[in-house]
Amino acid sequence: MSEKVLLVDDEQDFLEAMATRMKDRGMEVSTTTSAADALKKVEEGAYDAVVLDLMMPEMDGLEVLKAMKEKRPELQIILLTGYATVQKGVEAMKFGAMDFIEKPADLKVLTEKIHQASAQKMVLVEKKIQEKVKRLIQEKGW
Amino acid sequence: MSRDWEVLGETGLQFFGKMAASISHELKNVMAIINENAGLLEDLTIMAEKGMPMDPQRLKTQASRIMKQIRRGDDIIKSMNRFAHSADEPLRQADLNDSLALMCTLSGRFASMRGVTLEQEPPSTAVPIVTHPFLLQNLIWLCLDFAMGCAGAGKTVFLKAEKTEGGAKIGFSKLQDLANCEPGSFPGERETALLQALKADLIIHKDLAEMHLTFPPES
Repeated sequence: MSEKVLLVDDEQDFLEAMATRMKDRGMEVSTTTSAADALKKVEEGAYDAVVLDLMMPEMDGLEVLKAMKEKRPELQIILLTGYATVQKGVEAMKFGAMDFIEKPADLKVLTEKIHQASAQKMVLVEKKIQEKVKRLIQEKGW
Repeated sequence: MSRDWEVLGETGLQFFGKMAASISHELKNVMAIINENAGLLEDLTIMAEKGMPMDPQRLKTQASRIMKQIRRGDDIIKSMNRFAHSADEPLRQADLNDSLALMCTLSGRFASMRGVTLEQEPPSTAVPIVTHPFLLQNLIWLCLDFAMGCAGAGKTVFLKAEKTEGGAKIGFSKLQDLANCEPGSFPGERETALLQALKADLIIHKDLAEMHLTFPPES
């Protein structure tokens, strides 16, 4: 099954090249240069992973991360940035990022992280379903 | 060391660090795009080796994207070089238009992060002043930073450098939110120290949504 990935970065040329390479590797990729549009996309579609630039115009990447996790707690978000500092990395993890990668990224490493994200999301979704079923059984007294 | 020199030193170091970090971030972005496009070229080569037909148009597109980023990187490095050399001499002749243009370029990413456009009126004539270029740039940056915060809904800061009878000035206009800015918060200690060192004045016209930085012919 191909992973469904959302790429968010304000650099159009970066998005186009990265998306093409990921598609060539069998992934289903959507892209956007806008943080607001990314939030809309996350609300509308179920993604296995979101690769998000930390420095977005008008909205800080960490704010976008927080908003995405509020909308979809199971979402696996990998932060991509031109500058990686330990402090930012710690903050990102605290807000629920799955990982933090510095640009220029190694596509092999990123692809591996996307596979991990997809597996992690599946575990979380299954757990959620199990809890739902358990709750239903308890409520109905079956 | 006097308090003024302490403030100037600290402010200058913060300014240099902020600009250097922003430049390095921009260069990282350039490298990331080159990296992805070079990677795409490698992918196309591998596919061709496996017998898939290679589309020359795709190769041309990738090559032109790489060249575009190299030009962008070169422009960033040129600006960085000019900025770094501004600390070489304590006093020299500078064109205020050039200093303003350099600061607009270096502040571009900060403006974009705040959704603000910096618009400089194209210079019609040179505006020469004898000044300390690094301190001048530091003061322009602090004013730009403040002006971006006062841009309001228009999200544009209009800038103009011009000669005056007593020297030269930089106008910051279209500051739609200037009237709502907290009184007394600007200019602060850092701006005041720089204004004194450059013998410059800052006049804020809240009613006109403008502020003017005026300089003597020689500071």
